[in-house]
Amino acid sequence: MNTNKPEKPLLDLQNVEKRFALDQGFLETIKMRGGKLIREKREVHAVNNVSLSVERGEALCVVGESGCGKSTVARLIAGLLTPSAGEIHYDGERIDNRSRHDLLPLRKKMQMIFQNPYASLNPRMTIQQALEEPVKYHTPSLTRAEVKDKVAEVMLSVGVDPSWSARYPHEFSGGQRQRIAIARALTVNPEFIIADEPISALDVSIQAQVLNLMLEAKEQRGLTYLFITHDLSVVQHFGTRVAVLYLGSVCELADTATLFENPKHPYTKALLSAVPQLKDDGPSHIRLKGEIPTPINLPLGCPFESRCAYANVRCETERPAAVQQPDGSLVACHAVEEDRLQD
Amino acid sequence: MSLLSVRDLSVKFAMRDHSVTALKGIDFDLAKGERLGIVGESGAGKSITGFALMNLLSRPGFIDQGKILFQGKDIVHMSDAEMRTIRGNRMAMIFQDPMVTLNPVLTIGQQMVETLKAHRKLSKSDAEQIAIMKLRQVYIPSPEERLNQYPHELSGGMRQRIVIAIALLLDPELIIADEPTTALDVTIQADIMELLLELCQSSKVGLILITHDLGVVSQMTDRTLVMYAGKIIESGRTSEIINDPQHPYTQGLINALPQQTEPGRRLKQIPGNMPSLTGIPDGCAFSPRCEFATDQCRITPPEIVQYEHVAVACHEVNRLHHVTSKGLDK
Amino acid sequence: MSNFSTNVEASRFSRMWNSNMGYSFRRNPVAVVSLCIFAAIALMAIFAPLIAPFDPYDLSQIDIMNSEYPPVWIDGADKQFLFGTDDQGRDLWSTILYGTRLSLLIGLCAVTLQAFLGISIGLISGYVGGRLDSLLMRMADIQLSFSTLMVAIIFLAVTQAMFGSETFNQYAIYFLIAVIGVSEWPQYARTVRATVLAEKKKEYVDSARVLGFGPMRIMVRHILPNSLSPIFVISTVQVANAIISEASLSFLGLGMPPSQPSLGSLISSGFDYIFSGSWWITAIPGVILVVLVLVINLLGDWMRDVLNPKLYKG
Repeated sequence: MNTNKPEKPLLDLQNVEKRFALDQGFLETIKMRGGKLIREKREVHAVNNVSLSVERGEALCVVGESGCGKSTVARLIAGLLTPSAGEIHYDGERIDNRSRHDLLPLRKKMQMIFQNPYASLNPRMTIQQALEEPVKYHTPSLTRAEVKDKVAEVMLSVGVDPSWSARYPHEFSGGQRQRIAIARALTVNPEFIIADEPISALDVSIQAQVLNLMLEAKEQRGLTYLFITHDLSVVQHFGTRVAVLYLGSVCELADTATLFENPKHPYTKALLSAVPQLKDDGPSHIRLKGEIPTPINLPLGCPFESRCAYANVRCETERPAAVQQPDGSLVACHAVEEDRLQD
Repeated sequence: MSLLSVRDLSVKFAMRDHSVTALKGIDFDLAKGERLGIVGESGAGKSITGFALMNLLSRPGFIDQGKILFQGKDIVHMSDAEMRTIRGNRMAMIFQDPMVTLNPVLTIGQQMVETLKAHRKLSKSDAEQIAIMKLRQVYIPSPEERLNQYPHELSGGMRQRIVIAIALLLDPELIIADEPTTALDVTIQADIMELLLELCQSSKVGLILITHDLGVVSQMTDRTLVMYAGKIIESGRTSEIINDPQHPYTQGLINALPQQTEPGRRLKQIPGNMPSLTGIPDGCAFSPRCEFATDQCRITPPEIVQYEHVAVACHEVNRLHHVTSKGLDK
Repeated sequence: MSNFSTNVEASRFSRMWNSNMGYSFRRNPVAVVSLCIFAAIALMAIFAPLIAPFDPYDLSQIDIMNSEYPPVWIDGADKQFLFGTDDQGRDLWSTILYGTRLSLLIGLCAVTLQAFLGISIGLISGYVGGRLDSLLMRMADIQLSFSTLMVAIIFLAVTQAMFGSETFNQYAIYFLIAVIGVSEWPQYARTVRATVLAEKKKEYVDSARVLGFGPMRIMVRHILPNSLSPIFVISTVQVANAIISEASLSFLGLGMPPSQPSLGSLISSGFDYIFSGSWWITAIPGVILVVLVLVINLLGDWMRDVLNPKLYKG
């Protein structure tokens, strides 16, 4: 459909950074060090120099462990946070510096699904109210009957019986609430959906239901997804491309099939090996030494250096840049670059 | 004699004017040094089982009937004083959130020494020596320093290791681990599981692992119980259950995993939701969600029968096997 | 159609009755008795003009010759005056009914004003945050460091001096509402701000922001309805406090004038006669005031237990 256009990504993140101030206000920044009062502002470097692009119709998965900044990336794109540096473009237009009012047209195109279905619906609103609100707000010209029809249509499409619309969220199970949350995002007919761990709070049999629902919506409505998750088996199933995040930096970006067949970054390898498999005997994962360092004092070199078995002096002092590999994946690792991983 | 035998255990919750059944007819044995997985989704009653085994249920939950024999002694009717000599001493529990076990205002050392001295007559320095040894056992670097640290100074993975060290302090015969790694990252989870497995194997400790993750169960345990709506619906050797499940729910659970389907295809989902405790249907609790359910399934609850290598509670298991064995082979 | 709507009403009532709140209410005799007493006092106050045998504001019904009759159960009483009469010959029963009405009215209006100010400031402070939050909360701290009574006494004394006591007496009720209302807003503002800070982190607020809703809509339609439980709890306590404040000010002669007595001014006007044996002019309104404040506080206590988010949150 968009063949006549030049290949322009739907969403483009350019060198995005996000830092959170740890010490708020003047008084908190004053500290005693070695008998002297000094002024020091500590910051959490949640996202560092991340560049990503999402093509129309694909499902880009962002994976990583807790604290790697994947949720922050989702919030930056959704406009819930503003980046400290870098630019975010949607459909060719810069969106990170716009006011709430200027963003309104974009809100109809880009929606978000949250992790916790128990918190993402207003407990004091009936399902009908919760689903009507965005429709009325974004298309005030609709008559009451048209709004009702729209709500009923969306409820049917996510498999929730419209006759339940007078109920409150607490009367539904987690899976049904997540369906309703998806329905709410779909009421404004978006083309792009940011899903922040949408199934990790759900049971296995319900996860499959919600994942199927999201796949159906993708096919029927031509949606593009940015899917944030920590669950690699979901990534393998759902994603077309994967970005692996570690300590706020992208360490590997590749097509899903390529990444699972041939992971290159040492962290990606460890991550893949740690997923408990159904049908092999005993764990056989790559053991990482230590744990994720805090993102307050970032290491000078590669963020993974402290846990990497292949780290050398260069890794300690120089931050690796993302380098294109022969199979098309982008890997930020000196060891891969220098080809010293093979042993 | 088995380490733990549970016979016809039933747990109820007292409501305003009636009570609801949370567990019904739980029956299993655990041999010394055996590792057992209890799998189920939220609401299946697996955590309640763990609490009941430790005799830790508190109002409104209570054990309605049945026996829990730990080394031949029934712990259901034990006094609190008797129970204290077993709980924490010969039977230990690890929770999902390490902060349930760890007291935030005491140092790691204080907590470990206190636990030791409560059960054994030891001097403080002896107790500290044991604590350091146990911390070393769970691969905590520089254990002497950790003794003086507070829980909040440690990372999540480290805290869970310390909880395991505390559970091991008194050399228990049984560890009950309730979702011990659910709150942790995959790489840390793998480490902790490996550690737990190694400790259980080397010192012949029995393990009951309560989890929703079939992958974890398949790597960790010898035998598995699958629970649904407060009942055991299938039990047997873990490898049999994972590779050749007989109950339609277990099959559904395994087939619903994304690994079981080609990428991008529709997952094989189980329709509907787990019933709530107050709305458990007549007959087989799974029947409303089961594609093989017959009228009999909707009326009479199935008995547990031995089929192939597993015990399964399903009326249709004979018929089912023919259908699915063809289906699974593609 | 009307049939349909009554059905809905009935089911709503039965749902409330069977809810957690209804259940704990039925199980708590203190709450039931408190509510009954409060309802009785409130009904009597509302229908005072219908119940009262005399109109205490009507000078033509007052006869100074009737002054200081004791209540009917004491010798020397006049049968037509149930609780006796005060020093000016007014029927005490009628005066108490009208006085309770005034006390409740001032209490409720003052709390409404407090709530309006406090909730708006608390919502804005919590939702917007940053410097505005610091500024508003420091204002609240300053306000709280003056005691309510001190502020009220200074304010009322100055206005009384400025306008002269006749004008003051005419508008006393508005001055009282204003001064009690304004001086206690920080209670609300702090409570609301704390709940807003907790609610703001929840995903439904993020979800509303992603849908592009404006801050006003998010504050009023999404956050406020979820912050109501603590507001209910402090409202009960605040009504009791406001009634007491009003009574104290009236007792000090800075509140309602003796011609339109509230409970406080009644107690005050009878105070001079305690030692001459006419104890009932002070004691009976005093008992009513204590009972009224007590039942409101007991209801507040019960409500705090039921709505405590730590004990129960759906």
